[in-house]
Amino acid sequence: MFHYDGSSCNGCDIEVLACLTPMYDIERFGVINTGNPKHSDILLITGFVNTQNAEVVKSLYRQMPDPKVVIAVGICAATGNFFRECYNALGGVNTVIPVDVYVPGCAARPEAIIDGVIRAAGMLEEKRNMLKDRK
Amino acid sequence: MGKRTVIPFGPQHPVLPEPIHLDLAIEDERVVEAIPSLGFVHRGLELLVEKMDFQEMVFVAERICGICSFMHGLGCSLGIEEIMGIEVPERARYLRTIWSELSRIHSHLLWLGLAADAAGFESLFTHSWRVREKILDIAEETTGGRVIFGACKVGGTRRDIDGETLVRVLGRMKDIEADYRSIAAVFRDDYSMRHRFSGVGVMSREEARELGAVGPTARGSGIARDTRELGYAAYGGLDFEPVIEDAGDCYARCMVRVREVHQSFDLIRQAAAKIPGGPVEVKVKGFPEGEYFSRLEQPRGEVIYYIRGNGTKFLDRFRVRTPTFANIGPMVKMLAGCELADVPVIVLSIDPCISCAER
Amino acid sequence: MIEKQETISITIGELLEKVCRLAGEGYRLVQIGCTRLDSFQVDYTFDKDYRFLNLRVLVPADKAVIPSITGVYWCAFTYENEIHDLFGIEVKNLNIDYAGNFYRIAVEAPFNVSRPGDEEKE
Repeated sequence: MFHYDGSSCNGCDIEVLACLTPMYDIERFGVINTGNPKHSDILLITGFVNTQNAEVVKSLYRQMPDPKVVIAVGICAATGNFFRECYNALGGVNTVIPVDVYVPGCAARPEAIIDGVIRAAGMLEEKRNMLKDRK
Repeated sequence: MGKRTVIPFGPQHPVLPEPIHLDLAIEDERVVEAIPSLGFVHRGLELLVEKMDFQEMVFVAERICGICSFMHGLGCSLGIEEIMGIEVPERARYLRTIWSELSRIHSHLLWLGLAADAAGFESLFTHSWRVREKILDIAEETTGGRVIFGACKVGGTRRDIDGETLVRVLGRMKDIEADYRSIAAVFRDDYSMRHRFSGVGVMSREEARELGAVGPTARGSGIARDTRELGYAAYGGLDFEPVIEDAGDCYARCMVRVREVHQSFDLIRQAAAKIPGGPVEVKVKGFPEGEYFSRLEQPRGEVIYYIRGNGTKFLDRFRVRTPTFANIGPMVKMLAGCELADVPVIVLSIDPCISCAER
Repeated sequence: MIEKQETISITIGELLEKVCRLAGEGYRLVQIGCTRLDSFQVDYTFDKDYRFLNLRVLVPADKAVIPSITGVYWCAFTYENEIHDLFGIEVKNLNIDYAGNFYRIAVEAPFNVSRPGDEEKE
């Protein structure tokens, strides 16, 4: 799993971090947070996309090996929230890259984030099989 | 003297939870100059005043930053109330104080965790966050939200804490504080923490004053300035003194935060003992007309809001100067002359909140 | 009333002298903020022992130039670059001049829009 903070307010970011701590401990499901896109299958994005980070998000997505899954955490990543009215915002994450799982909430709750990650892991499995079939 | 090299630091960097970008000019291992630039999280939400009315702006203000969110909402409400001459009920003021201090505890614990992480002390990081979760449980029990409370509004608060819950929460807080005390001792006494933070990023008292440092960054350099002393919300009726340390290095700033958590526990107890009964909100009539600079003390320091109303439901201007923005100057000065390996610790020591700074 | 706030209107010409005097008296620069009205209203806010003092300068919108106070308060560069980037006001003699790159944004001077009363907004 790889976490990138778009233009979020930190609310979702700290909840993502909270998922890594003993209380929620996402690692018990075999998910590890890495700092390197080439080591990860799941891209987790909080916050909306703006004119500055659109290229960054795209390049991170490109660098990840196939199969890959994208999770948009929080309402900002899903639609842009009320920030979509701002001049600097492009909108949700799906304006630049395809998103597989949307986690609702403002801020998204750790339980919801964990649920999203588990779902993403399931989809990863499906995508892997699809890739195999194509071969 | 080595050749000068420029290293771009961030926006996506393993030690940084948030995207800030610094250009570090270095000679050998020594940083000569650090030049920050912003814009990766810039939303321009100050311009939302054209689309959201003044009551919705509190909602927007809460989303300036998810860590000190309650206080952003509070600052926005305070300013608007001041312009409109609204007298907030006493009980609401005490509730605001309690929630403000809860956010301060959770924010400082978050920072302490990150500081431990930056020093490579992983287990201390998880312990800090474990205690923080208990504080968040209290926040959730009393407001319904974990990080974004949504409890403050123009004219009072949205929720009330009933007596029974308050007693239960206070009882739990005693255990949490005991738990916290054992963590605080590690930050204070542990050899590796001291070694990593002592003497790093020193800023003298004079410098701190000239550079306009605020919050723990200023108090770590011996400046006794705490905007809570203005007595907004219920702070006027509570007994406290700014926490100061004199060394001016990263360790001093860390100690200020460690001790402030104890202070916040104490303030919550004081507020809970004094809280009067009565309503928690008043009806808001009319629209704001006039201007006011409202100031308050966030976990990261003094924040200031300039609010200007024109007598319609939309505000003319809503400007926020966040503590991180004020602390960028001091941070740049601290970075000049430090070693490259100390950069992450120094950047962290001002407790940067980039989404605050860029709005 | 939480605190007494004093706002003094001054001209651009007086600015540097006044700021110098405040610095000498030990005031701290709290913030520099800008508001777009018919002209630009630039607020220099200072504080000394919780005494709040605000210097207000009105800058005409058509030729918006202000002198930099970074010679007096070094740390003012963040605020002045911000004003330059968001409002498009030219700041003279900045110590660290980002030339418009402090905020990395796509729109030039986005805050330089006229307030209600003007019809040019969509």
